Amino acid sequence: MPTFEYAPAPESRAVVDIADSYRLWIGGEWVDGRGTPFAVLNPATGEELSTVAEASEADIDAAVAAARTAYTRVWSRMSGTERGKYLFRIARIMQERSRELAVLETLDNGKPIKETRDFDVPTAAAHFFYHAGWADKLGYAGLGSDPRPHGVVGQIIPWNFPLLMLAWKIAPALACGNTVVLKPAETTPLSALLFAEICEQAELPPGVVNIVTGAGPTGQAIVDHPGIDKIAFTGSTAVGRMIARSIAGTGKKATLELGGKAANIVFDDAALDQAVEGIVGGIFFNQGQVCCAGSRLLIQENIHDDLVRRLKRRLETLRLGDPLDKNTDIGAINSAKQLERITELTEAGVAEGAERWDTGCPLPKNGFWFRPTLFTGVSQSHRIAQEEIFGPVLSVLTFRTPGEAVAKANNTPYGLSAGVWTEKGSRILWMADQLRAGVVWANTFNQFDPTSPFGGYKESGYGREGGLHGLAAYLKEGSVA
Amino acid sequence: MSTSTQTDLTGRARDILGVSRLTNRALTGWLHGLPGVDQVGCEARAAGLRTRSIKADSKRWAIDLAISMIDLTTLEGADTVGKVRGLCTRALVPDPSDLTTPRPAAVCVYGDMVATAKETLGDSGIRVAAVATAFPSGRASLKVKLADTREAVAAGADEIDMVIDRGAFLAGDYLTVFDQIVAVKGACERPDGTSARLKVIMETGELVTYDNVRRASWLSMLAGGDFIKTSTGKISPAATLPVTLIMLEAVRDWRDVYGEMIGVKPAGGIRTSKDAISFLVSVNEVAGEDWLDNQWFRFGASSLLNDLILQRQRMTLGVYSGADYIADDAPSAY
Repeated sequence: MPTFEYAPAPESRAVVDIADSYRLWIGGEWVDGRGTPFAVLNPATGEELSTVAEASEADIDAAVAAARTAYTRVWSRMSGTERGKYLFRIARIMQERSRELAVLETLDNGKPIKETRDFDVPTAAAHFFYHAGWADKLGYAGLGSDPRPHGVVGQIIPWNFPLLMLAWKIAPALACGNTVVLKPAETTPLSALLFAEICEQAELPPGVVNIVTGAGPTGQAIVDHPGIDKIAFTGSTAVGRMIARSIAGTGKKATLELGGKAANIVFDDAALDQAVEGIVGGIFFNQGQVCCAGSRLLIQENIHDDLVRRLKRRLETLRLGDPLDKNTDIGAINSAKQLERITELTEAGVAEGAERWDTGCPLPKNGFWFRPTLFTGVSQSHRIAQEEIFGPVLSVLTFRTPGEAVAKANNTPYGLSAGVWTEKGSRILWMADQLRAGVVWANTFNQFDPTSPFGGYKESGYGREGGLHGLAAYLKEGSVA
Repeated sequence: MSTSTQTDLTGRARDILGVSRLTNRALTGWLHGLPGVDQVGCEARAAGLRTRSIKADSKRWAIDLAISMIDLTTLEGADTVGKVRGLCTRALVPDPSDLTTPRPAAVCVYGDMVATAKETLGDSGIRVAAVATAFPSGRASLKVKLADTREAVAAGADEIDMVIDRGAFLAGDYLTVFDQIVAVKGACERPDGTSARLKVIMETGELVTYDNVRRASWLSMLAGGDFIKTSTGKISPAATLPVTLIMLEAVRDWRDVYGEMIGVKPAGGIRTSKDAISFLVSVNEVAGEDWLDNQWFRFGASSLLNDLILQRQRMTLGVYSGADYIADDAPSAY
């Protein structure tokens, strides 16, 4: 019997130039950081890509000062129409340089090129286009006739969608008239530094966007800086808590988009083949390193065996390997630290008595890799059903009635997203009403659009990003007309 | 002999459905009990399969496989003995500039051209498929459909491409559709006890919804179809990738449950090598590699062969040739 081998189809890395070292981008200038420069790795190979400056407290001070000057002298005085032009220009340049951005993001993050090419970069550009349109229409956003920006916004973003999270943060902030100091994650700063180049190319006024690199202490310096009016953070619940504590009583505003442990609920009348696709996309998209990942699969007990069999068969067709190969479905885990966390939690799952299954596919020798993994026989009390694994690991539980499905789905400290699979429209509406999650997807999963607000309940954070609701996070209510 | 086929298939259907008498109600319950298809999800999956990038050796392999899976087709009122002979000659030597080029699986013609095709193809191993049962509309009495089929088989057809009664299907009269397929299957038998392979054309463009495509696929398999086929080529849309995906899932699930392999034939609208390769990727990833053989997967096409050969020449020579370097025995007359 012949087999259909797919020959390697790698995207060329020559489309992007990575410098040996990067500095901070403050006030429209590239400046040396005063901290200790650190190496950035390609997680798929473990090789060093570049060295990046670390911003110290003094550097953050300079960045906030540059942002303040830009806010006072230029950006807050500029008409919305003019701000919109800059955002449109940035969006277009992102599209023009999309291949470069996609390759860089894949090298830095480890995610497959088909995701950066077809999802991360186009969706990031879409966020700039969408918010560019809002810039001159803020008086119609339901926040009074003349809503005002906060001023200088400190933004701290995670490593799972580096460029897209940057877009989620910068596009609405700028559209609303704020200036920003943004810190990308220490493992994935390169696309943000390329974005700084795009801002230069768009001739964005100096200081409107400042990119500072570093790890936790750099982030803390942003949070603590008295010149910051608002913090926008996406990342872990633990760090989100620290931020909330730090800014308590300071008058700083905050939007926190934190962890999740989403339930993906499949009823026995669901379109099963598409549910399988949705489950796979829900947990294995971006190697499961997604805050809204459908990491808990709740299957109606009467179809459990059939669905798990279909799921395993589908997982065996996933192609794990070189993230730059256009046929790769599963890329690398972002860092050694994250791989360690995934490994620890899956070991806990085995120790607690859940049944582990993985595809058994070969893993590359170097870099950080984890096979798509499935746990069956999982109980609510298992750690793998409670804690966010943030990796390609799916915990399968069962339920008998809609009420039980809701109770199990809501029985978590998180509340970011959920999925419902059923062909019955009335049940979708009832479930959406009952589930305590910021986003409920019906017969789909992991769909994102700039026009749709995103955010969580409970320990998944507060505030919304995207859509009309997302604008409220970057505006103060103005006078009512 | 058709009576025994009828008895066997009806008996098997009763067993599969778990009923003592095969009624329309029993068929309806069974077909409507199949899981639904979510249109958006199905089309998204098909679009995902299209993004596979097949290069170098795998492309070369896929092109040759695709050529070997073609049912080279001419189904026109204007077909003549000359045209059919030309098409058959083309099937025998698809690329005179490269005799290593594989031959298509079959030549597909109207029933009255079977003898001509058979004569030209001789013992080459290339099969002759005939459309029958008042193709393409199927709007004739069963008696006429069976006579049409028997004549084609008697003339030497190796394979029969029948159409289902879409009107009956859409009206919910599944039993009529079942009975007709079973009857045509009976008419495919030869005096020596062997049978022409039966391809059941569902004309998915007229069934419209994916739920209907799934139900029609299962009904056709239950009634003894050896192949399920998308379209006549006379209705648009013809063979789309999402429709073919549903059919591939159907044959995969059928084998899982009943242990029997059924073939799939998308027909109409597949014109480029890139398209054909996307279909092969889907076969590979949805039904599985067992179906990557012209016994189990076919393309109903006329112009696809030209593009496959163009791509094959490019891969061999390293440069693009052009239409003038493709010997075409069946160009459009218009």
